[in-house]
Amino acid sequence: MKRSITIALSLLTLLIIVTGCGNKQSQSKKMTIVGSTALQPLVEQVASEYSEKNQDISITVQGGGSGTGLSQVQTGAVLIGNSDVFASQADGIDADKLVDHEVAVVGIVPVVNPKIGVKNLTMQQLQDIFTGKITNWKSVGGKNEEIIVINRAQGSGTRITFEQSVLGKKTAVKSQEQDSNGTVQQIVGSTPGAISYVSFSYVNNKIQPLSIDGVKPNVTNVTTNAWKIWSYEHMYTRKNPGTEVDKFLKYIQSHEVQSKLVKQLGYISIHDMKVSKDANNHVSK
Amino acid sequence: MDEIKDRLLKPSKATHEDQRGKFISYLSIGLIAVLVISILVFITIHGLAMFTQNGMKISDFLFKTDWNPGKKLIGALPMIVTSFGVTLLSALIATPFAIAVALFMTEFAPKRGAKFLQVIIELLVGIPSVIYGLIGLAIVVPAVRTIYGGTGFGILAGAIVLFVMVLPTITSLTVDSLKAVPRHYRQASLALGATRWQTIYKVILRAATPGILTAVVFGMARAFGEALAVQMVIGNAAMLPQNLTSPSATLTSQLTMGIGNTIMGTLPNNALWSLALLLLIMSLVFNLVVKLIARKGRIK
Repeated sequence: MKRSITIALSLLTLLIIVTGCGNKQSQSKKMTIVGSTALQPLVEQVASEYSEKNQDISITVQGGGSGTGLSQVQTGAVLIGNSDVFASQADGIDADKLVDHEVAVVGIVPVVNPKIGVKNLTMQQLQDIFTGKITNWKSVGGKNEEIIVINRAQGSGTRITFEQSVLGKKTAVKSQEQDSNGTVQQIVGSTPGAISYVSFSYVNNKIQPLSIDGVKPNVTNVTTNAWKIWSYEHMYTRKNPGTEVDKFLKYIQSHEVQSKLVKQLGYISIHDMKVSKDANNHVSK
Repeated sequence: MDEIKDRLLKPSKATHEDQRGKFISYLSIGLIAVLVISILVFITIHGLAMFTQNGMKISDFLFKTDWNPGKKLIGALPMIVTSFGVTLLSALIATPFAIAVALFMTEFAPKRGAKFLQVIIELLVGIPSVIYGLIGLAIVVPAVRTIYGGTGFGILAGAIVLFVMVLPTITSLTVDSLKAVPRHYRQASLALGATRWQTIYKVILRAATPGILTAVVFGMARAFGEALAVQMVIGNAAMLPQNLTSPSATLTSQLTMGIGNTIMGTLPNNALWSLALLLLIMSLVFNLVVKLIARKGRIK
């Protein structure tokens, strides 16, 4: 009998603890940030630095994808939602209700298996490959080998950026899909004839990054928009999210963070950008 | 006197304990029932939203082959075919091995062999599915590629990975059903002059058939629901599989790939919920099949 009371009591306590954790977010200076996995490493690092300096704030950073980030911040479940895409590019999100904070820039580069022997493509060739018009590497100066297109999951921020910059309004050929930069990197490295695309920071010596129309994929070219495939990393909040959130966002946009952590982790600083891009892919100086 | 009367008329301490115990167990049962029902209702509502709110046709969902919910194409047939493909194939490969191992453990080497194999099976069960996926990606996919050509991703690679994953499930359930065959069946058979193999083949396996079938169906249910490991080796292309080595996608892999990139309440999200509903219905079907086998298959 005693034991069952103990069990019941412990269950009850557990219940209280579990339910107690979730709701009083805004009062006790807890901040939850959810969304894009591409931005997650940066936000995690910045958050841990920030809470070291401000002991009374605890910040939780979670992945889940851009869609999750946007919908969670829209419903008010979290204070900040991370996204690789503009809120207006996502279906079912009311962009007017959200405030955009651009915190970094990510360059995206097409990569191929190194054995193909191709190092440069024209934008037209790249488009033809991803729309399925060109199916063999020998048409673009490589080996006689079938082209294996590996795309990212539908709705993925990286894919939306890539398709906006490379395909325009055309639809990509049906192909294999992978759900992260990491798996794409591994599969392109090991599959003969494979082509895909990853963020700059995921390029390693097992995959061959491609130049487009002779332009090399590097940070300088992104900042001038000579390299066209890049996107902002956004942190969305609702209007008037509170001073704590404002402070944190100011911190992540500060020169201190942008010139150190952002670069260390392979992103491009927003302060280095010489051009800006809007949701419709219009670039202005 | 009153004291004794009181004690006899009022519920004793033991009765209270009894009531409290009952209360706690009913409470637990109630909680779990509520949980299960709310999961079912939740998934059903979301899973049907695509047909009720977005006006899509169920026949399109089940029989068309173009999957691109962002562009209102919701043909889930490729995923349905692939899910069944990997499930059946892996069960087909795993069952003979499972029966052989189970026979060895119960009939040939019940003592030392059984203990040793038991450890191995438990180990196989304990390995997280992401590890199976990684091994699949690092070894199975390149092997399939070298032997059969193509990219190596596809139903065959998925089935091979799942084979290892369902093997312990099918084996341990088969062992249970073989152990449940009454001892006098064996004795009677041997007394009639049957050899050991004849006894196993004609008597033990026959008597254990319903149990073995149940084991296979449980294994299939596990294979059908496995997401992570399959996603890593299947290729995730929402196309009807041309052959066993062409990349395709299962219901589960499509779900795990897409769910983080969609927004609650939009068509792409609802389409994924419909896939989830389909998965749920299939697992209910698997359970029903198990019940049916148990009822019909008994020796009379």
